[in-house]
Amino acid sequence: MRPRYSIFSLARNALSHHKNWQRQWRSPDPKPEYDAVIIGAGGHGLATAYYMAKEHGMTRIAVLEKGWLGGGNTGRNTTIVRANYLQDESTGIYAHALGLWPGLSKELNYNVMFSPRGVMHMAHTEGDLKEIARRHNANRLQGVELEFLAPRQVKEFCPIINISPDVRYPVLGASLQRKAGVARHDAVAWGYARSADALGVDIIQNCEVTGFDVEGGAIAGVQTTRGNIKTPKVGCVAAGHSSVLADMAGLRLPIESHPLQALVSEPLKPVMNTVLMSNTVHVYLSQSDKGELVIGAGADLYNSYAQRGTFSVVEHQMGALRELFPIFSRIRMMRSWGGIVDICPDASPLLTKTSIKGLYFNCGWGTGGFKATPGSGHVFAHTIAQNEPHPIAAPFSLSRFSSGRLIDENIAAAVAH
Amino acid sequence: MHIIRCPYCGERDEHEFHYGGEGHIARPSDPDALSDDEWGDYVFKRKNPKGWHYERWLHEAGCGRWFNAVRHTVTHEIYCTYEVSDPMPELPE
Repeated sequence: MRPRYSIFSLARNALSHHKNWQRQWRSPDPKPEYDAVIIGAGGHGLATAYYMAKEHGMTRIAVLEKGWLGGGNTGRNTTIVRANYLQDESTGIYAHALGLWPGLSKELNYNVMFSPRGVMHMAHTEGDLKEIARRHNANRLQGVELEFLAPRQVKEFCPIINISPDVRYPVLGASLQRKAGVARHDAVAWGYARSADALGVDIIQNCEVTGFDVEGGAIAGVQTTRGNIKTPKVGCVAAGHSSVLADMAGLRLPIESHPLQALVSEPLKPVMNTVLMSNTVHVYLSQSDKGELVIGAGADLYNSYAQRGTFSVVEHQMGALRELFPIFSRIRMMRSWGGIVDICPDASPLLTKTSIKGLYFNCGWGTGGFKATPGSGHVFAHTIAQNEPHPIAAPFSLSRFSSGRLIDENIAAAVAH
Repeated sequence: MHIIRCPYCGERDEHEFHYGGEGHIARPSDPDALSDDEWGDYVFKRKNPKGWHYERWLHEAGCGRWFNAVRHTVTHEIYCTYEVSDPMPELPE
């Protein structure tokens, strides 16, 4: 039994100069056989394993990770958590996730620093205003609470913003979801890893999957760089590399991989009290607890597996930031990076069974998967354990690309691509 | 930043171009004969390879014409560009 984290354990460990903290999870060698294998130890994969162990009693599970835990898009996103999409199916999954966020620190005994500081979607054109009105009406019917802010209210809520009318894209209003906010992305991966490990899940890093064993149309095992593993169930949660895995199994996915960039500034005193998203000028902004501005942009145009983006996107993003926030005109940027996002044609995810029995995919989260982490893991665990899609996950099956029942979120997904 | 060679205009800056996704996807010759799955495959599913990729580009701010390219999705190296009517080139080693 692992000691729980608390104010008392903090005090006790302070007395020994923090030299006696236990490892948060084991680093086991792969066993020859598991009841289920999850490919990808990012937030979604670890959450899937955690809920499979906790709610479905499956403890002989391995999570395979080709790199290090949480080193992909989980550690590369801009940590925004919200649930104001357009379609009923999307609100089903994103609101399910948003419902799990407030209790997540307690559930995992790990501070994921969920901070519901509000997310503001900016309107800069007549079209934006109409889109916000449409989405507000849809969300109201779905029971999602949103508020419309006029420019003066935007300024009251976020005092450093420039609402002057004499700019290229003036602020005409904003849509505010107060229950939305940010969370600490690494802590989400670490918290799920620690809790899953405590339930007996083996998290195996530096273990790349190189192929699948399929017998009689059903999964029999996976081939990895650390040996073959027998298993009747495989859940692929590999984000930008989902098509690569699908190709190994002889499947085709409706996914294209693109780089999505983000960058952070030098640390500043607290100036930015909320999260700002602007589709039209294309910048997303929040301030981390360390004081850095965390800034996101649009996805790069072309298919890529390189975890870096192009300079023209950064230039565009900085121009937009300067116009909205003249106060930031002289701050310096410290780091920039890219993640590989897996984009579906309808900008909605895939939580699906496949034509191969026992092979499941959780991917296609595109530019906004972080917010869904707890909900995604929760319903995907059900899908794998029961071999039947969770009711919330059912609309996100691969068959929608044959039936035509797409879940179009290309506007509400916010990031242009 | 890329310098991309338009087969019609020569080398130009990446800013002038627009990306068009996977190339060489032929429209089904007998659409009525296709099943829903085959239609879904044609319309939505893509190779999305990690490596060399046959793809389409539009010289939007130039001649306005579509052309094809072979580009590497990890290194971003452009191996060649060619007219849409040209045959599929062999991939480099």
